[in-house]
Amino acid sequence: MKTKLTILALIASVGIALAAPQSFDFKDPKGINNAGFKLDAPLESINGTASGISGTVTFDPENPVTTQGKIVVDTGSLMVPNSMQRGHMLSDKWLDAAKFPEITFESKEFKNVKTDGNTTTADVTGTFTLKGISKELTVPVKLTYLKDKLGDRMPNTKGDLLVIRASFSIKRGDFNINPGQYEDKVSDVIELTLSIAGASPK
Amino acid sequence: MKKILHVIALILVLGSVIFWAAAGANRGWTKTSVPKKTLDEVTGIEGVTYEKHFVPGVDFLAAAFLCAGILAGISFLLRTKSNDSQNKI
Repeated sequence: MKTKLTILALIASVGIALAAPQSFDFKDPKGINNAGFKLDAPLESINGTASGISGTVTFDPENPVTTQGKIVVDTGSLMVPNSMQRGHMLSDKWLDAAKFPEITFESKEFKNVKTDGNTTTADVTGTFTLKGISKELTVPVKLTYLKDKLGDRMPNTKGDLLVIRASFSIKRGDFNINPGQYEDKVSDVIELTLSIAGASPK
Repeated sequence: MKKILHVIALILVLGSVIFWAAAGANRGWTKTSVPKKTLDEVTGIEGVTYEKHFVPGVDFLAAAFLCAGILAGISFLLRTKSNDSQNKI
């Protein structure tokens, strides 16, 4: 009887361990993770990317609704193809990267969660912080859980990958980035896209 | 002197147009680096890296035309040597 109980307890603990949420680290040593941004402008739209991504997300493939996490973008990593434009963008007149070195999104709640195979879609409500101003946003996201695929990306490392994709828009005026000014030169709306992969080594 | 300024202005206009056209006739802003996309086959994520490369845009053309215009303007301010003064000498 005692042996049976021990075996049952062992099976239960293994089950709990397997079902436990995994922590994924989004600091990408390969430098592929990126956040893109686009603003309409008269001559051509301003397109750029940020590569300085970090943060952690806890994800349970058996229960994606419990997903939580925070993604951080290094403001200084924002790039546009024109060095003068980049200088203006990071200066105290626009993003003030020296004073506000991070852009963050911290999730609070996952809603409308739908899972199909290894892909989960959801609407994530969280706090988006830019230039020191925090606003609550709801963002549609797509999560792709790639079990045992970390080794394909980083040889000799076992583990899983979690790919997060999201597209949403914000208004620069809402974040005190020259509100109501220069809208004839640079649009108020900023389109953002996030394509990031996090690793959970075993 | 006047003729020299005219020639320099002309060279500046023609040179900038040829350089702009040869570099791909970019109708946007001048680029000092160009984005290069790389696909991560495991995750399907398209990463972007920037390579230093100068691509002149319409602002480059405008600056070259402005310089040429200034040179031409200066040339009009210079006095032309008259035939009388040349005859006196």
